[in-house]
Amino acid sequence: MNGGAARLLRRIAPQLVTLAVILATIGFVFPGFFNIAFANERLYGSPIDILNRGAPVALLAIGMTLVIATRGIDLSVGAVMAICGAIAASAITAGYGLPLTLLMALGAGIACGLWNGLLVAVLGIQPIVATLILMVAGRGIAQLITEGAILTFNDAGLAYVGSGSFAALPMPAVLWLSVGVAVALLVRRTALGMLIEAVGVNRRASSLAGVSSRLLLITVYAISGLCAALAGIIVAADIRGADANNAGLFLELDAILAVVVGGTSLLGGRFSIIASLIGAMIIQSVNTGILVAGFPPEFNLVIKACIVLAILVLQSPALYGAAILLRRTS
Amino acid sequence: MSESQALLRTEGLTKTFPGTRALDAVDFDLRAGEVHALLGENGAGKSTLIKCLTGAYRRDAGEILLEGAPIDPRDTQDALALGIGTVYQEVNLLPNLSVAENLLLGRQPRRVGLVRRRAMNDRARAMLARYGLSIDVTRNLDAYSVAIQQIVAIARAVSMSGRVLILDEPTASLDRDEVAMLFDVVRGLRDNGLGIIFISHFLDQVFEIADRVTVLRNGRLVGVHDIGGLDRLRLVNLMLGRELAEETRETGRGGIDYDAAPRLRFSGTGRRGAIAPFDLDVHRGEVIGVAGLLGSGRTETAELMFGAAPMDCGSVTSEGRPLRLASPRDAIGAGFGFSPEDRKTSGIIGDMSVRENIVLALQARQGWLRRVPMRRQRELADDFIKRLDIRTSDAEKPIGELSGGNQQKALLARWLATNPEFLILDEPTRGIDVGAHAEIIRMIEELCASGMSLLVISAELDELVAYSHRVIVVRDRVHVAELVGEAITTDAIVKAIARPAAEAGENAR
Amino acid sequence: MNPRLLPFLATVVIFVVAYVICWLQFPAMLSTRVIGNLLTDGAFLGIVAVGMTFVILSGGIDLSVGSVIAFSGVFVAVMLRDTGIHPVPVFVLLLAITTAFGAAMGLIIHVLQMPPFIVTLAGMFLARGMAYVLSVDSIPIAHPFYDWVQTAYWLMPGKGRLTLIGATMLAVFVAGILLAHRTRFGANVFALGGGVQTARLMGVPVGRTTVLIYALSGLLAGLSGIVFSFYTSAGYSLATVGVELDAIAAVVIGGTLLTGGSGFVAGTLIGVLIMGLIQTYITFDGTLSSWWTKIIIGALLLAFIVLQKALLDITAKRASAREAG
Repeated sequence: MNGGAARLLRRIAPQLVTLAVILATIGFVFPGFFNIAFANERLYGSPIDILNRGAPVALLAIGMTLVIATRGIDLSVGAVMAICGAIAASAITAGYGLPLTLLMALGAGIACGLWNGLLVAVLGIQPIVATLILMVAGRGIAQLITEGAILTFNDAGLAYVGSGSFAALPMPAVLWLSVGVAVALLVRRTALGMLIEAVGVNRRASSLAGVSSRLLLITVYAISGLCAALAGIIVAADIRGADANNAGLFLELDAILAVVVGGTSLLGGRFSIIASLIGAMIIQSVNTGILVAGFPPEFNLVIKACIVLAILVLQSPALYGAAILLRRTS
Repeated sequence: MSESQALLRTEGLTKTFPGTRALDAVDFDLRAGEVHALLGENGAGKSTLIKCLTGAYRRDAGEILLEGAPIDPRDTQDALALGIGTVYQEVNLLPNLSVAENLLLGRQPRRVGLVRRRAMNDRARAMLARYGLSIDVTRNLDAYSVAIQQIVAIARAVSMSGRVLILDEPTASLDRDEVAMLFDVVRGLRDNGLGIIFISHFLDQVFEIADRVTVLRNGRLVGVHDIGGLDRLRLVNLMLGRELAEETRETGRGGIDYDAAPRLRFSGTGRRGAIAPFDLDVHRGEVIGVAGLLGSGRTETAELMFGAAPMDCGSVTSEGRPLRLASPRDAIGAGFGFSPEDRKTSGIIGDMSVRENIVLALQARQGWLRRVPMRRQRELADDFIKRLDIRTSDAEKPIGELSGGNQQKALLARWLATNPEFLILDEPTRGIDVGAHAEIIRMIEELCASGMSLLVISAELDELVAYSHRVIVVRDRVHVAELVGEAITTDAIVKAIARPAAEAGENAR
Repeated sequence: MNPRLLPFLATVVIFVVAYVICWLQFPAMLSTRVIGNLLTDGAFLGIVAVGMTFVILSGGIDLSVGSVIAFSGVFVAVMLRDTGIHPVPVFVLLLAITTAFGAAMGLIIHVLQMPPFIVTLAGMFLARGMAYVLSVDSIPIAHPFYDWVQTAYWLMPGKGRLTLIGATMLAVFVAGILLAHRTRFGANVFALGGGVQTARLMGVPVGRTTVLIYALSGLLAGLSGIVFSFYTSAGYSLATVGVELDAIAAVVIGGTLLTGGSGFVAGTLIGVLIMGLIQTYITFDGTLSSWWTKIIIGALLLAFIVLQKALLDITAKRASAREAG
């Protein structure tokens, strides 16, 4: 198993180095950045804050990684977050109790994922087009559920999901870490990961080898929906209310960015959930760093755009071809 | 014929790709006012030659002379400007534009920047009228049959080039009347003094339209012949690379008990537009060879039997019990395996490791929940790498980086890992080096000795003769002949492939 | 009949039927006043949707336009607030910037061979970020020129007002229709949507056309931003979030194939009007909530995408049946 660990380390090294450099830069400028305090049975401090605030994007990135590995994309996750947050808020205020509420919200996420998967795998619609439908309609559905207002609730149980703590860590951090580990184990301990990669690299050859690519596609979209649902619940629980307009807005883009920063190619195939999660943390560190630095948060988007551009250049097939040519000639 | 009549000539044209020499010092000449057929099996070098002529490939050595002057086309536009136009099998026009726009794209008549629609359509109509075609040019190209699309493509190519027209399998998806219509057009152009290079695997059509024939094999020139001095048998022999004299030295193998109940029975199975209904029994330990020219329906037979292109009629039984074959999964569940013709798009998963490619089919059959343990995966991979002598630095190397022969062996390993009862191999020895070639043939023999049944498609006839117990000959999407045991000779196969269509119906079986 | 006309005809029928339903329920909706408002309210969306139509026809997508509109509004507002320059040269400068911005995205798409959606996604971040950097607050615009433009209209029979910005949109549509369907550039755009490889083989200048398409989209997004600043008399960096989605929806509902190669610029106008009509109906009704707009648009999107997919499958099947002959 040692070889496996070494391979994993080599795979995620660029992401780890990037994260370390970013954190070190912030720490260098603001020596107090790494201070962590323990109070009220939980940890406080900027690093913990990164883990906490990065939860929604990290969760979305888990599902998005699998979808992108199959050469797909899920644009609807932000809207699905809004739907599931709205369902959770309205179910808890309607007095369904916490377990049933969570079940309903998570179930809605899976249903949204199944819908996307159906359009992609069965009707054969391009993923970007298929998930666009829910991206457009989803916010309307969420507003329908909240009836346009920000639906607030006071249930301590549900709020715990967003602002509670467990084992000294904020609950959102605990959730994304455990979901990340669970899904990573699921795909690597079973054959799911390999089959997903096979379908992503060459769907025709995989089908001819007996891989049920249709079912796999539906499964990854369902997982993506489930992750979005959990992210939606966290966001709603954190502010004790469901904001159908703004919950998860643009987060689909952050999630895609996290996956791309994590080194999974948009052209499908090899993927690493851990690398995507580090990618999500990189994005959150940049966000937090800008905040701590006292830069106006306005710069956030400009910096993100620069990151996307840099990665585009690095991942570009044209550049890849040139690199191979260089290696051949030298 | 004097040299001065050569419109287009190549001298010592050579093109090498990593691992293969696609064209080896080929001399070719085309005269004005002739239809010159270019023939050869897959990998013979036809398309490489065409691509060198049209600038899609840069040649490594040799000369191209157009009317005596050396030329060096850099791309298709360049070739067009020099006077060399090409029409491909898959119509290289835009189905979503109107016929007139396709004909005149980039050359639309304009007034103050705006396209003059009426003038454009008039000009398009005039262009097509020259080919006796009178259609509504304002409709989208895809509203018309492939034959008409081909004529539109020819009209565009000729109007832009005007000296040499290359027709690359233009008739592959046309019916008889459509071919006749296309040939009228081609004859008209020939009579106007164009030099026409015609590539087709339909020998009937070659005899009908061509004036001369150039045959290529394995990148080399085999010969140039006037069509009058050739018969079908001789032509097939040239293409497949053997002389009649050495034909009868070997025959196929016997030893299969055809009275015993077959392992598999295909009854009246077929698929419209792909392969006519056929009956086929598969016995234990039997190698069934499938012979036929490119496009004859040999690959379609394999895809149908594997469920990759599901049958729309007929039924299958396995050991007497009915068997459903609606998808590859069904077939794999029944113990089938299939190594497809096109390794790259349908066989290998290029970015994944040799190990993963080998365990893929086994893993897919077991389902995603029951993962093949990593230790077992390594064992399987290392075992097959050793047994089949797959040349790779290690099992974790991406399969895309291996040579063709080693990829083929890894694909065989993928199926052998599932312990199949019935293995279908489509062109298992195409494009691989001689050493791997011999090993794969040896393996086929070993496998059938162990009781496995195989169906092997190959264009290499002596290869088929060497290992087959039975050979099915496919032509024009019909199983036209079946040769058993002693009756299998390359001579007999060639005769069955070459027999004209009219005669075939009476003599089938 | 050409099956590719079907989505367009479906759009026209839906629009007419929807309008008749609205008219039956609220007779006041059939007035030039409502029509004038439809045009004015839909002006900025219509203009940007024309650019989006070109992008989608070529088989691409441009996610940056919503951000570019917001950036344009903020840019104009800041320039007018902080300098004494007349709005017209400011507009010229702005249009030059947004056109160059679009051209740069087109260049990256072509040279790096990256999917348009990820490149324009970066563009979306960048434009929105630049808007934030200029100002996070809503900046009111007060300038005599703005007052003049806002009160410029032509009184239609029936007291409806065809405002200058509404007329601008119609003019952009006319220009767009001519450019798409009557120029070599337009034919090249369709050619790219039909297949980049084939287009290249047929001599279409792929790189130049790609750059021009995204430059055009940038130009129209800038123009749309100017129109939006007239419409709201302000520049606000948080404005027009998600307008790229509305534009894409208008294009698809207008009968353009989302995979490219087939469609009509005129259809996009009807797509924009349908979206405006839904909003107007909801306003007239008074009891319905605004979120129904999104849901209905989503449903229309679904219907059109499935319709297009079915049409493609039928064409493909017909082609293969013909081959089987």
